[in-house]
Amino acid sequence: MSYELIGISVLWLFLYGYIIVASVDFGAGFFAFYAKVTKREHVVNKLISRYLSPVWEVTNVFLVFFIVGIVGFFPDTAYYYGSALLVPASFALVLIAIRGSFYAFENYGSKQSNVYMFLYGATGLLIPAALSVAFTLSEGGFISEANGVVSLDHWKLFTSGLNWSIVALAIVSILFISASFLTYYASRANDQPALQLVRKWALFWATPTIIMALTTMIALSQNNERHYNNMLDLWWIFGLSVAFFLLSLALLYMGKNYGLAFIAVMLQFFFAFFGYGMAQYPYLLDPYIHIASSVTNESMAIALIAAFIGGLLMLVPSLILLMRLFLFDADYAKGKK
Amino acid sequence: MEFDTVMVSRLITAMTLIFHIVFATLGVGVPLFISLAELIGIKKKDNHYILLAKRWSRGFVITVAIGVVTGTAIALQLSLVWPNFMQLAGNVIALPLFMEVFAFFFEAIFLGIYLYTWDRFKGKYTHWLISLPVVFGAGISAVFITTVNSFMNSPDGFTMDNGEFAAVNPIEAMLNPSAPTRIAHVLGGSYLTVAAILATIAAIALLRKKGAASYHKKALKMTVASIFIFSVLTAIAGDLSAKYLAEHQPEKLAAAEWHFETEENADLVLFGWLNEENEVVGEIRLPGFLSFLAHGNFASEVTGLEATPEDERPPLWVHYMFDLMVSIGMFLIGISLLYLLLSKFKRWNVHKNWMLWLLAISGPLAMLAVEFGWVYAEVGRQPWILRGYMTVDEAATSSPYIVHMFFMFLLLYIVLGTLFAITLRKLFKDNPAEVELEKHYPELREGETK
Ligand code: HDD
Ligand code: HEM
Ligand code: HEM
Repeated sequence: MSYELIGISVLWLFLYGYIIVASVDFGAGFFAFYAKVTKREHVVNKLISRYLSPVWEVTNVFLVFFIVGIVGFFPDTAYYYGSALLVPASFALVLIAIRGSFYAFENYGSKQSNVYMFLYGATGLLIPAALSVAFTLSEGGFISEANGVVSLDHWKLFTSGLNWSIVALAIVSILFISASFLTYYASRANDQPALQLVRKWALFWATPTIIMALTTMIALSQNNERHYNNMLDLWWIFGLSVAFFLLSLALLYMGKNYGLAFIAVMLQFFFAFFGYGMAQYPYLLDPYIHIASSVTNESMAIALIAAFIGGLLMLVPSLILLMRLFLFDADYAKGKK
Repeated sequence: MEFDTVMVSRLITAMTLIFHIVFATLGVGVPLFISLAELIGIKKKDNHYILLAKRWSRGFVITVAIGVVTGTAIALQLSLVWPNFMQLAGNVIALPLFMEVFAFFFEAIFLGIYLYTWDRFKGKYTHWLISLPVVFGAGISAVFITTVNSFMNSPDGFTMDNGEFAAVNPIEAMLNPSAPTRIAHVLGGSYLTVAAILATIAAIALLRKKGAASYHKKALKMTVASIFIFSVLTAIAGDLSAKYLAEHQPEKLAAAEWHFETEENADLVLFGWLNEENEVVGEIRLPGFLSFLAHGNFASEVTGLEATPEDERPPLWVHYMFDLMVSIGMFLIGISLLYLLLSKFKRWNVHKNWMLWLLAISGPLAMLAVEFGWVYAEVGRQPWILRGYMTVDEAATSSPYIVHMFFMFLLLYIVLGTLFAITLRKLFKDNPAEVELEKHYPELREGETK
């Protein structure tokens, strides 16, 4: 395998990891707010804050890891995306800051005010919306370079059907992933009223997820034919994704094996995400950043891969410890510890 | 001054970093003192220290949150605001940035575990052991990030080939000439600053005479002793930094010292100002001391600013930044030494009001020294972003929207700063030490009168 292929695979894996853990977090924010508005916060919000409080920082590091990693492996991405994304990424940063401080100020400070709950719920949807713009840009046609100046056509982006369907897909996916995780967590905690509520949410958000996925495919076919045709060639990967989706839906519907149901959801997104990425290969930004010509020099690539392996050897045991203490410790989940 | 995109880019970076560094410094140092307090508490079987560790870590959670969100802002802004710099330098400095994220990861995981497991383990030392990876992770991330900044000042570990870096050696780039002294100085300064901030908290509590006096006195003793140790170490490291500058970046030292002409037995200039003819007036002169600072020898020759082409000279106002930082460093050594000496005399009460007031201002002063030090280091590098290779003008983004972003972030930091202060106040005001002591450790009540 070439260095650029190892690099992009690792980074894609981390981005996938971020999408799963962040979805749980973002969606939970929305659900917490929704439950408060519909006066059901006593049913679920305890559950939500118990899981989220210890892990939100870890979630954030996933994002930083991906960004630092992609700029390290492919320095050209700093030039093109850095120049073009100033506005949307700055918005995302401000939203992330508001959200991050929510935990500090509300959970440790005082009682939960309505304003902050609203911000918490709203940022949960707006951050993924702002970040997912990067996927739209990678399809090409929005960023152009002339006389050494990279610019982004903001109006074209704002009126692009592809962009809005990607944004909508991001939001509904988050709600689906989050609800199915909370269903699993509620079943671990053996909290029946919460379980029934979040299970209903999971079933509800399944349909829009699949509809938006198809809509995005159609919009993509009009924007980047190469990418779309590659995706059709990889039909079997997307087939697997759909199969796992159906499995999770069936389990949720029958109301058993919630752990397996959540794993199926994870696999559904795993295959869809990797199929999407493989079809975009070899471009990181169509047509400016070709993966092979933008990769960093050999010694840096080797150093980064070595650091990555070393880092994983440290991290995996610690992550397992974290999960055993909080996620899989049934007494903790139940609120006894 | 012109407010073009370059200027605004510099301002937005300076603003974010100046805000971040407050929380970064706390983030590096506080875990060490939490860990120390818990260890002393276990060893001495003294619940006062355990409560110290608990209360410090509760406040710490809030500072970490802001450190994380502002740090995330920097990580992205480096690419958003300086895309050309990252495209070029990314080829050489990606490694420490990448490893820094791992260190954060590691630290974040164990911090989460530490905070939520105070009473979950059976062994006495198990919970304390969890603090060690946090201390280590915080320190090592400071080391990595500092190597990046050192690289910008003394680039190393590559050759230049047609405007692109070739023969890159990432390890050599990390171990560039300014890295060792700078790492020592940054780490020392962080521990020093945090010791001083914690001393400030204890001193103010004693000044207000609300109770729990022996609890606060223990905190004060521990933190002031640490101020002394770390202020001496920081001063030594700072002196070594100056010797590095004299050798590798003479223009920065010359600008800070208003040392215009190369000469032997050079004087150290303290404060003062420049008149119309660019002559120094109203200064304090320490004869020969600049030569000593630069080379450890009063007779040695120190390169003056004239040796640097005019358009590559840093602004002269960094002089004040340097002087203020050094003065604060000296003040901290002095005050902590005085406290330690006076506390040796049994009959003398060290907790006199004037002493407590001087200790109460040391925390804010130390934090200011960190700010002054960084502004000196960064502005003294001008006009370069990568000394000798790329200037700030060449590195900045060309997007005109940078101005809007500046005001957006300014607003964000104002809001964050305000909420931070309000939350901390509430957290400790609603639950002061004396109340918490009474609630959790009523057996410690006697001896309170001391
Ligand atoms: C003296 C040490 C120091 C310095 C010079 C900097 N930082 Fe920092 N930074 C820290 C010390 C630190 C820290 C104390 O370690 C923080 C605060 C809270 C935390 O978890 O780590 C942190 C947080 C922090 C985070 C958040 C990590 C997370 O999500 O958990 C990022 C991405 C950065 N920093 C990145 C930077 C960059 C790119 C810098 C340079 C321009 C920088 N920091 C300067
Ligand atoms: C250690 C990693 C750091 C990196 C990689 C870094 C990077 C940069 C960059 C890219 C700039 C803009 C170019 C320039 O104007 O010189 C800058 C400027 C600046 N940085 Fe740093 N910096 C670091 C640490 C810090 C810290 C911790 C501070 C403390 C507050 C700081 C303070 C400043 C200031 C004040 C400026 C603006 C200088 C000016 O007016 O031009 N820097 N830095
Ligand atoms: C007491 C004597 C001190 C001396 C002689 C001294 C010396 C120096 C020098 C020469 C630099 C510039 C290094 C460079 O740009 O390459 C520097 C930077 C700096 N100083 Fe100090 N300093 C002292 C005290 C302090 C104190 C008390 C603090 C904070 C608590 C502090 C914090 C910093 C920081 C954060 C920097 C920027 C980081 C760096 O570039 O190394 N210094 N100092």
